[in-house]
Amino acid sequence: MSAPVLSIRNLSIDYIGADTDFPAVRNVSFDIMPGEFFGLAGESGCGKSTIAFAISRLHRPPALIRTGSQILLDGRDVLALDEAELRRFRWREVAMVFQSAMNSLNPVLTVEQQFFDVLKTHAGMSRTQARARAAELLAMVDISPDRLSSYPHQCSGGMRQRIVIAICLALNPKLLIMDEPTTALDVVVQREILGRIDTLRQQLSFSVLFITHDLALMVQACDRIGIMLEGELVEVNDAQTIYQSPQHPYTRRLWASLPRLTGAPMAGGASA
Amino acid sequence: MTDTTPILALHNVSKTFGRADRPVYAVRSISFALHRGRTLALVGESGSGKTTAARLIMREYRPDAGQLLFRGTPVGKSGLKSYRAAVQMVFQDPFAALNPAHTIRYHLERPLRLHRPGLKGAERRAAIDELLARVKLDPALIAPKYPHQLSGGQRQRISIARALAVDPEVIVADEPTSMLDVSVRLGILNLLNDMKRELGLALLYITHDIATARYVAEDIMVMYAGQIVEWGQTSSVLGNPQHPYTRLLLSAVPDPDRRFAQTASGDELNHIEDIRRRSALPQTQTREITPHHFMRPLPA
Repeated sequence: MSAPVLSIRNLSIDYIGADTDFPAVRNVSFDIMPGEFFGLAGESGCGKSTIAFAISRLHRPPALIRTGSQILLDGRDVLALDEAELRRFRWREVAMVFQSAMNSLNPVLTVEQQFFDVLKTHAGMSRTQARARAAELLAMVDISPDRLSSYPHQCSGGMRQRIVIAICLALNPKLLIMDEPTTALDVVVQREILGRIDTLRQQLSFSVLFITHDLALMVQACDRIGIMLEGELVEVNDAQTIYQSPQHPYTRRLWASLPRLTGAPMAGGASA
Repeated sequence: MTDTTPILALHNVSKTFGRADRPVYAVRSISFALHRGRTLALVGESGSGKTTAARLIMREYRPDAGQLLFRGTPVGKSGLKSYRAAVQMVFQDPFAALNPAHTIRYHLERPLRLHRPGLKGAERRAAIDELLARVKLDPALIAPKYPHQLSGGQRQRISIARALAVDPEVIVADEPTSMLDVSVRLGILNLLNDMKRELGLALLYITHDIATARYVAEDIMVMYAGQIVEWGQTSSVLGNPQHPYTRLLLSAVPDPDRRFAQTASGDELNHIEDIRRRSALPQTQTREITPHHFMRPLPA
């Protein structure tokens, strides 16, 4: 069995307050294997985004990672990296798609310039090399290279989200973190984008950490799923077990709160 | 549909934006009716014209063509005040819909003062308490609070209470749960269901989440590119979808029984662009599938 890409051990993160500290993440441990699509689910405020930020050390005060916590990426201790090492680590090893990533593009730069920014800084590419690589990356997310000369506002929300994903994949990261990547998009576009990610991770063999509160979507996409409640990881299982025979009462409650499209109407069902 | 006269009906209503040489057909000749004690869901993706339809009903926009009938009478300048009292809206964003500088009591007192001037001091206070109790919030605890002190779900309950303050007959709810956590969503949907049953309200539920539409609505309409492409009883439309766009929309809804890898080659998801392009063409014919289920066939 191969070594995990990401290994998190006893991760505890507190938000430091003037009087009391708020424990956002409590003693969380899990692994993500190479090429694995791993999901982290839970309600707002359960700590799932805090974990995502901590993995690429993007957490800011008052968030504090407690001593004894360990984050290993490909065997490297992420919490021990210095500033220069961090700059090389981010994007090359771990890339992150934020919740409102489609609004994270710079509105006054063309798509090509935003690709060039990354490819020049991290890979030392020339304009010509960067243009070719950018066209290749756009093709991976089904966008025509004509779009390189567009500004973000000329692209639809779904297209902007795919452009951000393409930029994230520019340096062949080992792990792609997606924090609610499609929450602002409608179902058809969401399905297109996640289907594309699923194909790409098989072609390029990167791992995915996928964060959402939509359990049904998570079961469709993920190999394994972790369920979080108030900072604790209460259940980790393969997707089918989470769906067919959830072990933790909270996982069962989450399922019970989701209206379904087919099958029996839910408890207290609609009159329709 | 029921055989009683609808409270509110739209007849071939159209709305176009943009310049004459580059028109955007936001709503193209749509017709539907809202009945007492029933919920009609309007589903479709972003940009399909759902919100424009809501704004036409709220008289934020005037139709370029077609008619709005309220209890069988065309809605005009006269009687607009009673129309506004009868038709209320619940918005998508519970954070933006309330004024951060005022208490919850103020938010509920205002519509009561404007639309029910007969109520005096103590009666009005009792009415506020009753409204809060109706949306299952503790009046003593909630009334003096400011919006920022409430959760998203509580704020959406306040929006519903505010809509109910004027004794409306129709409520238009535009994505009322899309910004709430899954665990809170169901409470709001149940509340809307209770209101419909207890107060005999006619509800227009606008959403892109078809599973929640199934949960609250007896009837459903699927909208794409400004046209209603398929409509009828929710069970029939979702159980036996006929229009290619309805099928595409349904196949894209997250379903734990279908892994991504299992998409079949004949699946709508492999023809997204083609279905979108053809579904945007004008479709003027109507085909009856059953007496309670209709669609617009694509032009050949």
